[in-house]
Formats: sequence, structure tokens, C-alpha cells
Amino acid sequence: MSATPIAPHRPVWRRLIGFNMLTGLALGIGGWFLGAWIGGQMAVGHDYLLGTDQNDVGLYMGYLFGVIGWLVGLGFANYPIGRLLGRPPTLRHHETGSWTRYFRLCTDHKVVGIQYLFGVGIFFFIGGLNAMLMRTELLRPVEQAWPAGQYLTLLSLHGTMMIMMTSAFILGPFGNYFVPIMIGARRMAFPRIEALTFWLVPAAGLILMSAIAFGGIATGWTGYAPLADEGRAGMDAYVMSFILIAISLTLVGLNLLATILTMRAPGMSWTRLPIFVWSVLATSILQVLAAPVLVAAMAMVLMDRAANTSFFLASAGGSQYLYENLFWFFGHPEVYILALPGFGIVLEMLPVFARKPLWGYRLAVAGMLGVTLLSFMVWQHHLFVSGMNGSLRPFYMLTTELISIPTGFIFLNAIGTLWRARIRFTVPMLFALAFFFNFLIGGLSGVFLSDVPSDVTTHGSYFVMAHFHYTIVGGLVFAFFGAVYYWLPKMLGITLNETLGKIHFWLFFVFFNLTFFPLFAAGFLDMPRRVSTYAPSLQGLNDFVSASAYVIGISMLIFVANLIWSLVFVREPAAENPWASRGLEWQVPTPVPVANFDRIPVITSGPYEYGVPNAPPVADLAPSALPAAGS
Amino acid sequence: MTTIAGERMPRHGVRIIAIWLVLTAIAVPLIVLVLGPHLPPPRMSAEAGSQRDANTLMTALLVPIALLVVVYFVYSFVFFRQSGEAILDGPPIKGHAGAQLLWIVLTSAIVLALAVWGSYTLIAGAHGAGGGQGPDPASKPTGYRNALPVQVIGQQWEWTFRYPTYGGIETRDLAIPDHTLVAFHVTSLDVTHSFWAYELGVKADAVPGVDNIAYVKARHTGLFQIRCAELCGLWHGHMSKKGRVLASGAFQSWIAAAKTKNAAIVKYLPKYNRVYFPAPLRRAG
Repeated sequence: MSATPIAPHRPVWRRLIGFNMLTGLALGIGGWFLGAWIGGQMAVGHDYLLGTDQNDVGLYMGYLFGVIGWLVGLGFANYPIGRLLGRPPTLRHHETGSWTRYFRLCTDHKVVGIQYLFGVGIFFFIGGLNAMLMRTELLRPVEQAWPAGQYLTLLSLHGTMMIMMTSAFILGPFGNYFVPIMIGARRMAFPRIEALTFWLVPAAGLILMSAIAFGGIATGWTGYAPLADEGRAGMDAYVMSFILIAISLTLVGLNLLATILTMRAPGMSWTRLPIFVWSVLATSILQVLAAPVLVAAMAMVLMDRAANTSFFLASAGGSQYLYENLFWFFGHPEVYILALPGFGIVLEMLPVFARKPLWGYRLAVAGMLGVTLLSFMVWQHHLFVSGMNGSLRPFYMLTTELISIPTGFIFLNAIGTLWRARIRFTVPMLFALAFFFNFLIGGLSGVFLSDVPSDVTTHGSYFVMAHFHYTIVGGLVFAFFGAVYYWLPKMLGITLNETLGKIHFWLFFVFFNLTFFPLFAAGFLDMPRRVSTYAPSLQGLNDFVSASAYVIGISMLIFVANLIWSLVFVREPAAENPWASRGLEWQVPTPVPVANFDRIPVITSGPYEYGVPNAPPVADLAPSALPAAGS
Repeated sequence: MTTIAGERMPRHGVRIIAIWLVLTAIAVPLIVLVLGPHLPPPRMSAEAGSQRDANTLMTALLVPIALLVVVYFVYSFVFFRQSGEAILDGPPIKGHAGAQLLWIVLTSAIVLALAVWGSYTLIAGAHGAGGGQGPDPASKPTGYRNALPVQVIGQQWEWTFRYPTYGGIETRDLAIPDHTLVAFHVTSLDVTHSFWAYELGVKADAVPGVDNIAYVKARHTGLFQIRCAELCGLWHGHMSKKGRVLASGAFQSWIAAAKTKNAAIVKYLPKYNRVYFPAPLRRAG
């Protein structure tokens, strides 16, 4: 890899000057103060704000100008301005260079993938820390560690960090890094947009955390109006960060969709597409169609709070049902934005470690597309007891239960793939297998919630909380860590310590179940979600859960220790294909060259032909000439 | 590489099904007879009873499904594994049309049966099963016109109750008579709450500007737990109190006493209405 020729001669301090993260931060903070001042001038005499201690208009303008300053400082304005001035288009100068490219606008999809991996990882650990602090409060049934308002802020930040900042961006690290390589492309369809989607995430995260300084968030991650309308100024941070996240999700989806549809290498037919890429395709469709609805809902909350509209205020003609429907029309597809990449990751890993072809490939694709379609038809099951039109409830009960059919396909794929297999219990395989156990419990507990009579008791209780932690943590987060152990040798070129990996896995798996299974019982025993005080009779159960949750926290520290130990101190170089995988991403050198392939490969075979006699290699990496069009 | 000719293949499928059948035969009676009576909610009303039946039936149906998957996985871990340096490939089986069809048919049948049965309970069996059905309930129990109306008003952070047929008095305690159909009219003065009477099996969101109706008929006297099941701000967890199911005579004397106690203030209450629109929201902060 050839770095820019002047780079080695520049001293470190010189590299800090220019369009990078530091400049972005400086311009962002400056922009915030400018915007807040302009907003304050605009809102002078604003009726709604009289008598309150915060100025919503100022905050919104501050966040808006801050984001613009952040993006300009990172250099996102350079390209359009340069084009206006007549400079030729080029990407190269954004893709080469030293380690500093990880801290600035870089259009190499592999750099963006690693930026996502560490960015999302940081938010995952902040969200996890919030969970530890919440479990500390719940050690006793009375208020003890945190005042009620701080507890709600912790709870809301935990939910928003985990669902919006972390889980929703599961495509960030692995989709951006591996989809182009897996389909035999050199880059993503829109490299600058790809970089933009990442750099919006830290902006959204910083804005979200600024809520702590403005009175916190009292609504949980769902932000129900009219509670959001009356919330303190921290709600403005919630609204603004959700808008940024939704824009980013939409763009991620569009970019991946365009990449997969148009940039597959010759021979990469739909039936040879790796199953992970299929799951990315399905997720991208969901993101493109669902995330804009969240922007709309958030814009309405913003107007209600800053411009005295009344979309959600019943006393002025609005309706909170509008919010609930808009939010869940985004929110339920969002649940599958979290689930589908998990399906793809574990089905991608199973054939490699079972040493067999993926059993029922077409069924898996049908399952994922079926989930994609049905996920838009189930959202009102969140409103079963809300007073929605009662005649619709059997319909939503049916669609919600129907979605378990395509989800079940994924289990059949696993069952078939394991049949008479030769399983190797590597760390990624352990995570993939644990995914099925956890998701089984998560999915089956969802059947209780889909049944209206049962939902009357379980709705809004800890049962729901246990259910979606089983699907999101037990499903997605286990798949995520499986993917980290599986793909990190290719991404960072190092091998993670296997013993520490197994300790991480077993502590996480055992104590995850010990933490969340008892919470089904807590829900059955009438403990509502999102409370900091509860019935004294449930203290023993909650103490047990808190103790188990701390062990999950310790297991995560072991993972971090493993990562730092392997990445910084040992630096054992990874083999190019340590798992003997047939995947195209394992056939390229480590580290992956900037252009991925010397020549665009010609795909000659499917990726899961394990044990097939005389199976050709997955691709011809040095084709003498591109085949004629149409082949 | 797959199997050496002449080697006897163990009958994995038969073994797995046999283990599963034994475990299921043990688990299902335990669920129905031992766990079932402890599943929520307690049978204080017909509606709560239908919910417990739903929970018992689904547990008895879903645990065998979970067992099948778990037994299969654990079996495959024991018998379909390899260790050592050399990586051997398994047999290249890519699918089996019959198995896929069987799986689709079976899961579809289970899902459709659940949906039909759930809809029956909801519409004809338990009439909304204690859930809030909105201002115009789709499923009304017989005699709903003579149901005792009790208005439940949620506000930050307290429940109050109005009895329109007893002069519209407003109380901080909830009492209802047993063996009488009660129509809870749940509404809110500020943000969204959710009225949850655990033992009665009632849950209905309290939505500002909406009259959310839930029917319930208590089977016996006793106390029940009232909670809020929708995050409503700071003291969401404190919106809990005990309600009472009283015998008919005791209820009449309780309401008469409450009426006397209320007489001095009832004229200051807003006129009884299905919904209330207090002054627009102000910032809590």
C-alpha cells in the first residue's frame, strides 16, 4: 500500500491540522453557540417559551449549526465546492494515507467499516454502563442510588444508545466492510455518502449525551408524546439525534441497496449471493422504507415543542395515537433491522464451521424476504390495549403470528445444516449456536405477546423487556460478537486470543440467561417496565438479576482486555483464511488492498460448496479477460 | 468422505424424536398441572381466567417446540462434531424438499390455529379479555348496557375514580361489586398512562381525550393491585394502589359513605364527562 509521499515527513502536530475530527469538533462546538444565539434571537417573545427555563428554538438551532460545523470541519463541503470551482472528481486522496485516515473523512469502505466498529463499540459500552447503573438502583425496591429523574435519564440513554446508536448500525461495521468484498466490488456505490452515514453517528451520539446537561430524557427510547411534548430540554437532544440517526439509516440502506443491485461481479448470480448479503439487502429495504417515517414523527415532536403546534396534544385537537402509529410504523420494521443481520451473520458462519453447504439456501432467502414484507404489517400489536380500533386486533394478531413462519425457516436452515455435520466449536461458532438458543426463547416468548388475551397481562411489563432483550441481546448482540471473532482477523489482521474468547462467551451466555430469564417471571408477577421502585416481594429476584448483570459487564471487560491485548501487545498476525472458509472475503490478502481486487473477479461457484466433490474455487481472482456481457 | 461403505448408520432421527417424546411427555403434564395454576393472572375474573388459560395453553404448546430444537441441537453437538487439526468436510446435503414442505405445513398450522383460537377468545369467548377496547368496543359482553360504569382517570401521578351512576362522585380508592359486569372508562388528563388491575386481568391505556373501555366481571371479593403500565414521567412506578372487590351489599354501603364524604366537594368537580380537556400542558421542568 503506497502512502502519500509527503506523509512520512510530516510531524505529528502537522497532521492534526486540516479537515479531520478535531476541526469538526471545533467547528461543531462553535456552530452550536452560533446557532443557539441565533435561535435565542428568533424566539424572543415566543409565547410558548415564556415562563420556562429553556429555549427550545435556541437548542434546535444550536444542534443544527453544530452538525453543519462538524461536517464542514470533517471536509464534507470540500467536494461540492471543489466541483463548483471546476476541480476534477477524485476519490483517491481520501483513501490512502496513514493511521490519521481513521479520524477523518475517508471514502474507503474498509476504513469506514472499522470506524463504525469502534464508534458503535464505544456507544455499546456507554449503553452497557447505563445498564449496570440501572441494575444498581434496582438492588433495593425503594429509591436509593439515583433520584427518579436521573434513573429515567439512565434508562432512556440505555435504550437509545443500545437500540438506535448500536444495534441499528449493525450493518455499519460488517455491511460496509464486507458487502463490497463479498460481491466482488471495489467500493460502495456512493463512497462519500457512506462516509457521511458514519460521521453522522458520533454527532448524534454527542447530541444524545448532551441531554444529560439539559434536564435529561424522561420518555425511554420510545419517546411517547405527549410526555415528549412536556419533557425538559433534554428531549430536544433526543429529537435531534433521532433525526440524524434516521437520516443515516436511510442513506446506509440506499447505499447498500444500490451496491448490491448494481455492483456484483460477473457470475455473482442471485443464487450465489452469500446469505449475509441477502440479509443486508432485506435490512436495507427496511431501512429505506421505515427510517424516513421516524424523521416525520420527530419533526412533528420538534414542531410541537418549538413552534407551538399540537400534533399530539389532545387538548388542542391532536392525538397521541398519531405518534404511536408513526413511531411503531418505523419501530417494528426497526426491530427486524436489528434481527435480520443477525440471521445473516449466523447462517454465514454455520456452513463454515459445520463444514457443510447451507441447507435450504432458497428457503433462507424466502424467510428473510418474508420477514421484510410482513414486518410492515404488524406494528399495531404495540397498541393492543391502547384503545385502537378493536376490529383490527385479530388482524394484527394474525400477522404477528404469521411472521414466526419465515423466522422459523432460519431455524430449519440451522437444523438442516447441522445434520450429520462435522462441527468445529470455534469461538464464532459458539456465538452463532448460542444465537439460536437465545432467539428461540425470545421468539417463542413473543408468541405470548402476540396473543391479545395474554398480552393484556404482559404488555408494558418486564415480560416484554425480557422478550426483546432475548431477541436483541441474545440474538443480535451474540451474532455481533460472533461476527467480531469471525471477521476481525480479516479486518484488523490480528488473531484474538481464543481462551479469553471462550471465557467471554461462556460468562456472557450463562449470565445473559441468568439475567433475563428471571425477568419473564418479574413481568408475570406484575412488575411494570421502567420503574425504579417495585414491590418488596420481588427484591430477591431483582438482586439475583443485578448480580448476574454485573457478570455480563465483567465478561465485556474480558472482551475489551482480549481486544487490547491481542491488538496492541501480542499482535499475532492472522492467517489469510484461518477458518478455511470458501467465502470470497477470505480469498483476498490480509490486510485487504485499497482496491480489494487486482482485477474484478469472476465468480465461478457458490460460497457454501463444502464437501462437494470437485467443487471449483469460489471465484477466479485473476481472470484473463472479462467475459462477454450477458454471461 | 461422507460415510465409509458398509458402516452402519445410526438412526439419528429416530433417537432424537424418541428423546423429545420422552421429555415432552414429562414436560407437558408438569406445565398444565404444576406450573399452570401459578401462571398469571390469578383467576379473580372471567377475563383474567381466559388470560391464564391462554398462558397455560401457549406454554404447553411452545415448550415442546423449544424442546425439539434444543434436543436436536444438543444431539448434533454430541454426535456431529469434529476436533483436531485436520478439517474434514461433511456430506454435501443442500436441502430436502419434503422436510421443508413438512416444516412449512406444520408451522403454518400451529400459527393459524393460535391466531384463530386467540381471535375466538378475544371476540366471542372473553369479550376483549379485559383489554381496553377504545370508545366503541368491538366485542361487547351480554348485558353490557347494564354494566356498572366506573371512570378511571390517570394523571401525573395518581389514579382517581368516578362513579357516574352515583352522582359522579370522585374517589381515590377503587371498589367494585362482585358478580357484576363493570365497564371501566379509562381516560387521562395529561400524558398517556395505562391502567393495570393485575388480578382482574384488566389493562387499558389512559389516553388524553379518549374514553377507553374495558369490561370485567369479578368472580369473588378481595384485593387487587393497580399499577401504571406506561411510562408517564418521574413517579411512574409510584402510581400503584390496592383496589377492592366487595360483596354487593358492602359495595352499596361503601358507595353511600363515599357519597356522603364527597357531598361537600362534588359541586366543585367538573361535570362528569367521557373525556376531559384541562388547560394545555405546561413544561414539567
